[in-house]
Amino acid sequence: MRLLESGLLTTVQDLGRFGYQKHGVTPSGAMDPVALRLANSLVGNDRRAAGLEMTLRGPAIEFRHDALIAICGADLSPEIADMPLPTWCAILVQRGSVLEFGDARWGCRAYLAISGGIAVPEIMGSRATYRHARIGGVEGRALQAGDDLPVGRADERVLDVMRDAASNLGPFPFVLSIHRFALGDVMELYERDCRVRVMRGPHFDTFDERDRDAFLNEAFEVSSRSDRMGYRLTGPILDSSERDELVSSAVLTGTVQVPGGGEPIVLMADRQTTGGYPMIGQVAAADLPVLAQLKPGDQISFEEITIERAQSALRAQWDRVQALKEGVGVHAASRP
Amino acid sequence: MSFEGVRLSFLGETAFVLTVGSDVGFDAHEKVKAVSYLLESAPPNAMVEYVPAFTTVTVIYDPMAATHEEFADRLQRLLENAPEARPAVEARLVEIPVCYGEAFGPDLDFVASHNTITPDEVIAIHADSEYLVYMIGFAPGFPYMGGMSERIAVPRRDSPRQRVPVGSVGIAGKQTGIYSIETPGGWQLIGRTPLRLFRPDEDEPSLLRTGDHVRFHGIDHKQYDELFKGEARA
Repeated sequence: MRLLESGLLTTVQDLGRFGYQKHGVTPSGAMDPVALRLANSLVGNDRRAAGLEMTLRGPAIEFRHDALIAICGADLSPEIADMPLPTWCAILVQRGSVLEFGDARWGCRAYLAISGGIAVPEIMGSRATYRHARIGGVEGRALQAGDDLPVGRADERVLDVMRDAASNLGPFPFVLSIHRFALGDVMELYERDCRVRVMRGPHFDTFDERDRDAFLNEAFEVSSRSDRMGYRLTGPILDSSERDELVSSAVLTGTVQVPGGGEPIVLMADRQTTGGYPMIGQVAAADLPVLAQLKPGDQISFEEITIERAQSALRAQWDRVQALKEGVGVHAASRP
Repeated sequence: MSFEGVRLSFLGETAFVLTVGSDVGFDAHEKVKAVSYLLESAPPNAMVEYVPAFTTVTVIYDPMAATHEEFADRLQRLLENAPEARPAVEARLVEIPVCYGEAFGPDLDFVASHNTITPDEVIAIHADSEYLVYMIGFAPGFPYMGGMSERIAVPRRDSPRQRVPVGSVGIAGKQTGIYSIETPGGWQLIGRTPLRLFRPDEDEPSLLRTGDHVRFHGIDHKQYDELFKGEARA
C-alpha cells in the first residue's frame, strides 16, 4: 500500500508491546483494541497482525495489489472513487484503487486491516509505533505521503476467497463487500453514553469528599491538549489531595492521575510507564474502546464500579467479540 | 527476607500493587529487589509482567486467565512460601563515561555558581559518588538514581528546553539523571555520555536496571567521539 496523503495522524499499530514496562517501554498499540481485533478477523488475519490507526482525518491510500480490507472503529467516511464504503465490513478492492476519507461522522479513531497484515519489522516483539522513543511502525513515526507499506502474504484460504470473488468484479474500480458485522451489534460495544466505568484508584481517599463526589458525578470535557499519551480533562478542579506529588510508581493505560493544578489526566496507550501524581481512578479495561473514540470537545463522566463488575464486563465483552468473529465467513477460512 | 509487611492492593482489574514500605531508601529497595526476584524466578500463572519502583512492585496480569481473587491468592502464596534467603546476586557496577562541560554541559557554570563552587568541583563531586538505580521509568531506559551529593543540588530550569539531546547528564533538585531519549526537559545539563541507555534492538532494551550501582567518570571529546562511534546505533 502507498500513502498518497498522511491524514491527521496515521500510525502502524498492533495490540501492543508487552513485557518491557520495567525497562520504561510503554505498550503503545491500538487505542481501540476491540476495533482492530474485529477488523483483523474480518480479513482473516491473526489477532497479532498490524494495521493502521487513523485519527479524525483519514489518509489517502493506493492499493498496489488486489486486497481484502476492513475499516472498523470510527466512521471517517471512507470511499473509493466517490463510492462510500461500509465500515465493519470485509471488502475486496482492486489493485490501483485509492481509498480516501471525508468527514468524521462518529468517533475519533478508525482501524484499517489488510489481509496479510502490515509487515514492518517487529521491535521488541511488536509492530506498534511509539513515537516518543521513535520505535516501531515505520521508523517510529507518523506515516507521511510517499510511504510504501509492505503487506504480508494473506492466508491461503483468504486468497481463495479473493480469487473467487475477483471473477465477479466489474469494471475498475469495483469494490465488493464480502461479509460484515451488523452495525447494531458492534455499536453495542460503544453504548456508554459517555459514562466511562471506573474503579477507585490507590489515592482516591486522599481527596476530600467534594472532589471525590465531583469526580464520580460531574461531567468533564476532553480538552484539545489530549493525545495518545493521555487525555487532559477540563471541568471540576480536583485539587484537595494531601500531596501534590508522591513517590513514583507504575501506572497503566486508563489510570486517572491528578497533577497539582487539579485537572485530571486519563493516561492512554503512549503514556509513561511510571508516574508520581495521585491516582484517583482506574478506567475499566472494557471501556478503553469508548475512551479511544472520544475527541476534543466531547463530554465524559465517570461511573464507579467494583473490580468484580469490571472483570465481568471485560469477560462479557470478550465473549461478545468471540461471538461476532465466529459469525463471520472468513473466520472459517482462517487459522484457529 | 520476610514479606510480612508487604501490602497487596489492586490497580484496576489488570494489576496488583505490592507495597513494601512507605519511604524511599535502602530497606524498601532491598525488598523491591527481593519481590522482583521472586516474580522473575517463579512467575505466577496469568502474570504478564511486573514493574519495580521505589517502594512498590506492580504486577500486571491477564484478567481473562485469572480472576482478581485467584491472582491475589497466587501472589499471597508466592510471598508466604518464599525461601528465607535468595541466592546472593552481585549488584552490577556500571561505569558511565561523561564528557563534562562546554557544548555538552551548558548549565555546568550555573550549577557551580548556584552552589558557590567551581565547575571543576561540580564535576569532581558528581563523579566521586556511587549512585543506586532505584527504578527505570519516565522514558525507555531512564534511570531514577539516588545518592547524589546535596552540594551540587540545583533547581530545575525555569523554562525547559524543547529538545534535550540523548545521553545528556543533568541535575534537577537533589537528583541526577541521564536522558535516554530525546525529549523536552528542564534539568540542568552538565555533560553527555556516548553510551546508549536505550537500545531497542537488544534483548534487554535498557542498559541499566533496578539495583545497579553507577559511577560516572570524565572523558574528553576525542574519547567521546570514539566511544560514540563504537556504540552500535540503528
